[in-house]
Amino acid sequence: MKTAGQLQVMAEEIRIATLRTLEYFGAGHIGGAMSIVETLAVLYGSVMRYDASNPGWDTRDRLVMSKGHAGPALYATLSMCGFFPAEMLAELNMPGGRLPSHCDMNKTPGVDMTTGSLGQGMSTAIGLALGCRMNGWDSNTYLLLGDGECNEGQVWEGVMFARHHKLDNLVTFVDRNMQQLDGFVRDVLDTGDMAAKFTAFGWHTQEVNGHDTRAIDAAVRNALAQKGVPSAIILHTVKGYGCNFAEGVESNHNMSFTKEQIDGAVADVRVRLAAAKAAAGEGV
Amino acid sequence: MYTTLDVCETSSVMMRQAYCETLCALAREGRDVVALDADLISSSGMRPFFKEFPDRAVQCGVAEANMIGIAAGLSAVGKIPFAHSFGCFASRRVCDQIMISAAYACLNVRIVGSDPGITATYNGGTHMPFEDMGVLRSIPGITLIEPTDPVMTRDVVRKLASAYGVYYIRLARKNVKAVYADGSTFEIGRGALLRPGRDVAVIASGIMVSEALKAADILSAEGVGVRVVDMFTWKPVDGELIAECAAETGAIVTAENHNIYGGLGSAVAEALVKSGPVPVEMVGVRDRFGQVGTEDYLREEYGLTARDIIGAIRRAIARK
Repeated sequence: MKTAGQLQVMAEEIRIATLRTLEYFGAGHIGGAMSIVETLAVLYGSVMRYDASNPGWDTRDRLVMSKGHAGPALYATLSMCGFFPAEMLAELNMPGGRLPSHCDMNKTPGVDMTTGSLGQGMSTAIGLALGCRMNGWDSNTYLLLGDGECNEGQVWEGVMFARHHKLDNLVTFVDRNMQQLDGFVRDVLDTGDMAAKFTAFGWHTQEVNGHDTRAIDAAVRNALAQKGVPSAIILHTVKGYGCNFAEGVESNHNMSFTKEQIDGAVADVRVRLAAAKAAAGEGV
Repeated sequence: MYTTLDVCETSSVMMRQAYCETLCALAREGRDVVALDADLISSSGMRPFFKEFPDRAVQCGVAEANMIGIAAGLSAVGKIPFAHSFGCFASRRVCDQIMISAAYACLNVRIVGSDPGITATYNGGTHMPFEDMGVLRSIPGITLIEPTDPVMTRDVVRKLASAYGVYYIRLARKNVKAVYADGSTFEIGRGALLRPGRDVAVIASGIMVSEALKAADILSAEGVGVRVVDMFTWKPVDGELIAECAAETGAIVTAENHNIYGGLGSAVAEALVKSGPVPVEMVGVRDRFGQVGTEDYLREEYGLTARDIIGAIRRAIARK
């Protein structure tokens, strides 16, 4: 288990690996990948129980990346955690490859659920959590939703269900980066106060800075301590965070970019990485 | 092996009873079956299962899309889920969830869609699936089954507890005509040959099987040899048997309680053009919506009687 400082280092390393993964293909869902790397660092660096050499381990914890287009960030994380070698990241979107644009449990070691049709991860995550409980396993299921994804009605069917069935082994993150494909969520289809919505459905709800690994880590541990209710953690994030050509750009859901742009962004992240390492007491 | 009854009379048990009893038996045997329902336990007859096995019964409320995803997730941790709703809502309403969460993800899910076609009677047009099999047939790898009577229902449900994949079971809920003797067993994906005639072959499914048998009996008095096949698996359809029927009889009639577009007639025709076409006549719903009525009224309204099959047989033979 890593310290909060080490998790921040891991997050920046995931960010660089994600940028390099996207570089192989020259285009991709960069905005929503950048906004969740701190959460992935916390999950795979601190919280989740897994064995990279045995991805199918029954009683592992599971992540459902319901915003399946953020696959590249997950792939970078899984590779860093030993599920597959870094060279495989070059297979992103390669025909016949093992790393499709959206997550596929049958292609990529370590991916726990196939996703990409938005809203559906809510229900499959519930199925996993419910099944683990039926099996008597103490495994937890983590679910990562996009805020635009919460336009989908199926999300709210699941929110109602998880509370009714007291799924306290399900922790749901909402990547509240305020942007969806066509623009700002408030302009496209406003999801309003996400925390109030989950609270109204009877969930234990927390709001954190989604780029602060210490805050995310504390929120997850608090969520797991809740009994008899599912937990939501609203991650206040910035779409494209930490990638200098994507952050703050309105149409950053899916972008194409040059190698030079990626190199520039990576150079920027390296500065942040050095600072994170210094803060964590690691050598630069 | 299967044996047909000499006379098709109304079954002594309802289809839903056969379904529920089989799932209960499987659960008692220690099989990891889980039943899911969308606020229709009273309709699906699953109360006994929910009562006896509360820990493997999942009430999802009126939220079918969520139910299918949950079933998919459950199967990913080893459960054997059977998820029920009325056929309309277990197919067209959740098409993408079946496609992506279940089939594309290569998971292990059984979906039971009840009240096929006119058996929805007084629930009317919104609840009367003439399209469920057609909607689902284009999902890669899915298996589509319409059990004919309680005996077949028991056998199919039991077999599906040991199968792997995505299965849709089009299940009448109430009494139907009993066709098979107790203990009959079937092979999913293989049609059941019920009558050996050589002048024409009727390929039927569901409630149309007993009508086809009735038509065959009537025409046999005229010396017309009508072969009858129960094609309870619509996908993968038994192309070998269809080809054999075409080669040996020279004319085919299909009979289904479903829209002829995208249904059994379409599946049989697709198989036939590959093996050597013969005249085909289709008995089924001719691209219409459902409506309220008794089953007898709706049979007449949509042309799903033995008389309609006889008319189609005469036309098919005339075209030989």
